[in-house]
Amino acid sequence: MYVPKTIGRRVTTAVFLAPSLLGMVVFCLIPIVSTLVFSLLDYDLLAGTASFVGLDNFVRILTGREFPAVVTHTLTYLGLYLPLIMIMSLGQGLLLNHPFPGRQVFRAIFYLPVITSWVAAAVVWQWVLSGKYGLLNQMLQSIGIQGPGWLSNKDWAMPGVVLAAIWKDTGYYALMILAALKSIDPTYYEAASIDGAGPLRRFFGITLPLISPTLFLLVVINVIYGLQVFESVLIMTNGGPGDATTVFLERIFKYAFRQYKMGVASAYSWILFVFILLFTLVQFRLQKKWVNYDA
Amino acid sequence: MMRKRFPLLKGFVFYLAILLLALITMLPFLWMLSSSFKSAETIRTIPLRWIPEHPSLDGYIRVFNLQGFSFARASFNSLFLAVMSTFVQVMSACMAAFVFTKLPFKGSGKVFGLYIATMMIPGTVTMVPNYVILRVLGLLNTYTGVILPYFANAFGVFLMRQSMLTLNDSYLESAMLDGASLFRVFFKIVLPMVAPTLSTMVLLAFMGSWNSYLWPLIVLTSTDMQTLQVILANMNGMYKSNEHVIMAGAVLTILPILLVYVLSQNRVDSGIALGGLK
Repeated sequence: MYVPKTIGRRVTTAVFLAPSLLGMVVFCLIPIVSTLVFSLLDYDLLAGTASFVGLDNFVRILTGREFPAVVTHTLTYLGLYLPLIMIMSLGQGLLLNHPFPGRQVFRAIFYLPVITSWVAAAVVWQWVLSGKYGLLNQMLQSIGIQGPGWLSNKDWAMPGVVLAAIWKDTGYYALMILAALKSIDPTYYEAASIDGAGPLRRFFGITLPLISPTLFLLVVINVIYGLQVFESVLIMTNGGPGDATTVFLERIFKYAFRQYKMGVASAYSWILFVFILLFTLVQFRLQKKWVNYDA
Repeated sequence: MMRKRFPLLKGFVFYLAILLLALITMLPFLWMLSSSFKSAETIRTIPLRWIPEHPSLDGYIRVFNLQGFSFARASFNSLFLAVMSTFVQVMSACMAAFVFTKLPFKGSGKVFGLYIATMMIPGTVTMVPNYVILRVLGLLNTYTGVILPYFANAFGVFLMRQSMLTLNDSYLESAMLDGASLFRVFFKIVLPMVAPTLSTMVLLAFMGSWNSYLWPLIVLTSTDMQTLQVILANMNGMYKSNEHVIMAGAVLTILPILLVYVLSQNRVDSGIALGGLK
């Protein structure tokens, strides 16, 4: 758009850009730089003391006893969550792609968990997963299965959190898959049918390759968010029982806002960031093997 | 267009699958609703009862008479903060997007590039220093402190920029030739023309803020300022064997956002198409 370069234009530009730009500088750029600085400090916010300790925070975290457990738990969550969420949202997306009466209603139902806050979802799932009186174990009981104590059991707490997360997130990713399915040109299927390809053949030969860019995107997003699993864990298990569900963000939160050790917390968040970066880079490397961008 | 043939058996399997999935999705909600109308005596039963034998409002009554904090007050806090942060996010993003699309300046492309780059840094990295910054500014335990960081909204700017790029410049130019100021062009022409994206962003921002937990939890310490989500999480620790109270709280927390969703489902869906809501 042509606007003469007058004082008026300059003033308007400044006034319009200022709120957003100031916000970005103060609450995004300065923080990014300052976590780098903080991570090199022994910074106690309550006492108001800060002293330079070099890479001590990183060394202490990486060599500490807690770290392997945190990595294991976070990866356990991711390892359970990722395949389940991909299968469930693909299945739901495929179901919603069928034309049938009442589709809008089902879409709305599947989307309800997504608009529910994690706090509400977590308290409800805590009650669903409750050992003796919980919904899930009572339903399992009725078909003769003795359910575990879920969130109060060391081995079953993380799977319990994953169940809740799958329930909450499937509707969101299913709609993204649905959008990808809708963009497939129907002539592909017509041609395949004429050539005598059955439904399985069409699914693996046409559908999957054609939505593989979306699937790739979902895997990338889910790994990024999965490594940052937090609110569910904080409310449902608070890292327990014992230390069975300690994860990255839960640690960062506790160091920063329970112990006010801002240096350790900052170092932890940079370690997490490097983790996320590595995982994402590896996936971009691997995508050539399975993602199809030709269509 | 090819119409899929829908033989009887295939149709049956299909409906069975989708009904089962819908049922699984709804069960926790139904369980929550059913539990919320039970009482301390009937909340723990074997076998479980879906319809309470003696429906009770005990849970709801106790939610509104919590010891130490007020659920009604928390509802107001949540609403106020959601409205304010939505306004802040949407206005600042629209104004910045207007500059990036219609009033470019030397280096504005680089500035926008920087915006995009920050989207790759997870929010966790900035959480700790943001807290310290609020402390330095003396804004801890204030509503302002909760709202201010919403000005940093790279995704919103990106979204609105995409939408404003499609606007026809000659239309805006002719308005300016007719003597309209840039402010007038922005508020009277640009904003109405991007209304679909704008309303989607309003919705996403409102839901995001209403449902947010961590940031208000950290910033707000006095109980009379806390939000619904924080109160609900606190109740969770205090009413361990009175699940009906917690479930009543959960119902009341979900209800407003459910209403918003039902009234605007199309806009929410298109928000997902835009890659938002997360």
